[in-house]
Amino acid sequence: MSEVMLRTENLGISFGGLKAAQDVNLTINKGDLYGLIGPNGAGKTTVFNLLTGVYQPTTGKFFLDGEELTGKKQEIINRKGIARTFQNIRLFNNMTVISNVMVALNNLPEYKCSPFASMFRLPKHFETEKKMRDRAKELLDIFGLKEERNTLACNLPYGKQRKLEIARAMATNPKLLLLDEPAAGMNPNETAELMNTIRFVRDNFDMTILLIEHDMKLVGGICEKVTVLNFGQELAKGNTAEVLNDPRVITAYIGEDE
Amino acid sequence: MITLIDGLSLGSIYALIALGYTMVYGIAKMLNFAHGDVIMVGAYAIVITLSYSVSPIVAIVASIVLCTLLGIVIEKVAYKPLRGASPLAVLITAIGVSYFLQGVAQLVFGSQPKPVASVWRQLPAIPSLNDLGITTGAAVTLVCGVIIMVALTLFIKCTKTGRAMLAVSEDRGAAVLMGINVNKIITVTFAVGSALAAFAGMFYLFQIPNAEPTLGAMPGITAFTAAVIGGIGSIPGAMVGGILLGVVEKLCLASPLSSYTVAIKFSLLIVILLVKPTGLLGKITREKV
Repeated sequence: MSEVMLRTENLGISFGGLKAAQDVNLTINKGDLYGLIGPNGAGKTTVFNLLTGVYQPTTGKFFLDGEELTGKKQEIINRKGIARTFQNIRLFNNMTVISNVMVALNNLPEYKCSPFASMFRLPKHFETEKKMRDRAKELLDIFGLKEERNTLACNLPYGKQRKLEIARAMATNPKLLLLDEPAAGMNPNETAELMNTIRFVRDNFDMTILLIEHDMKLVGGICEKVTVLNFGQELAKGNTAEVLNDPRVITAYIGEDE
Repeated sequence: MITLIDGLSLGSIYALIALGYTMVYGIAKMLNFAHGDVIMVGAYAIVITLSYSVSPIVAIVASIVLCTLLGIVIEKVAYKPLRGASPLAVLITAIGVSYFLQGVAQLVFGSQPKPVASVWRQLPAIPSLNDLGITTGAAVTLVCGVIIMVALTLFIKCTKTGRAMLAVSEDRGAAVLMGINVNKIITVTFAVGSALAAFAGMFYLFQIPNAEPTLGAMPGITAFTAAVIGGIGSIPGAMVGGILLGVVEKLCLASPLSSYTVAIKFSLLIVILLVKPTGLLGKITREKV
């Protein structure tokens, strides 16, 4: 019996009369690579926004590693261990690659340094800066971005921007990584490489990953389990292969057979 | 030549103030129109403490501490409750805070101009410079201004707080999801901006004979113009814009057109925005179709 990393209990939110997500019950075990799929507008990103505190749920609760995080502020949730990437890449474009990662290290206790120490350039400042820089380099090396560390994030090719987003999220030292359509806009080669990166992250960092994806090849290739959302509700869940062959799921995606 | 040095010196005052506007705009996405009045408070802090004939160093420290605290308090009391409110509400509040500060200053210090103590006005002579016609005040302003701007650039580029500030100004939503406490960063921004205003207030006292409750209005609005000319939100832009306006102002004053100085200063804004709508160093945001 493996440990549960994320559990949601009837999680839901409505905007006025629109129930964007309701009764979402996810149970994700430690080390799982879990897929969240569904047609456009099914509420997948809404679930991510609920889990990261961007939206406050109107119903239900969620627990990370046994601790309830419902209603916590976004930065607190991040510090408790949920990090994410975005559907449309949201890097800090005018900052260098390494700065992007270093920003994400900001709130880890091991890099604590008061603004005063920085302002007056006390030894503590240089010590912390060096530690952060080293850690950021280490992460960039893992994601194959070390060479580009001093270029501006906006000048990276698309595939590398995606990787940098994952590296930045990993820098916050999460327990659970949420990837929102990591393969969006990628060609088949890039997608294949991305699949390797995701597997690598899971295996080497002992990470639990929840990802949203439309590319069924990717989902079928790396996710062990999936939940299908449709109109904000769970349509099916279970082992990937079974769920993808479920007639209800196929109907939801391509419509009823006439 | 002397006019140019004077202009650079006045320009670095404007640049320091413009930095406060531009940083707050970049990070909190609001125009802090009370910024000019923080300069006034800083200047009064100098004048009042000096009137107790303490050492100028004490006066300087007092002014910086007071302004920094004032900046933090203004942000906490007036702007923080309006986070997420419409920009117009925040703008009106900022104007309100500005008048409030001027009103309080009138109550506390009186509406009569207060002369600046002579220690501040009669700086030690630097013969080699003074012989050239450059006043010590102008030289001190210019040198300190440059040092402060270099220090600020280093602070933003090479410290974790600075990087967090850049990140928040680029994408607040993404920054908060990377664990950055945006409220703390905004507070730090106000503190730093107000400390810069304190320096600006000190240097401005080299330029004017008396302190009065509205002394912050003109440099404030000029520096705001400078920030827009440079491209609001851009730190190097604020520096360039400030120095440009300072030089233009002094050159105009020295020319036969001196009575049109203010008009020329502000027309410059219109001309520059006509050519470069985002300011000299502003980001060009292409509208996506």
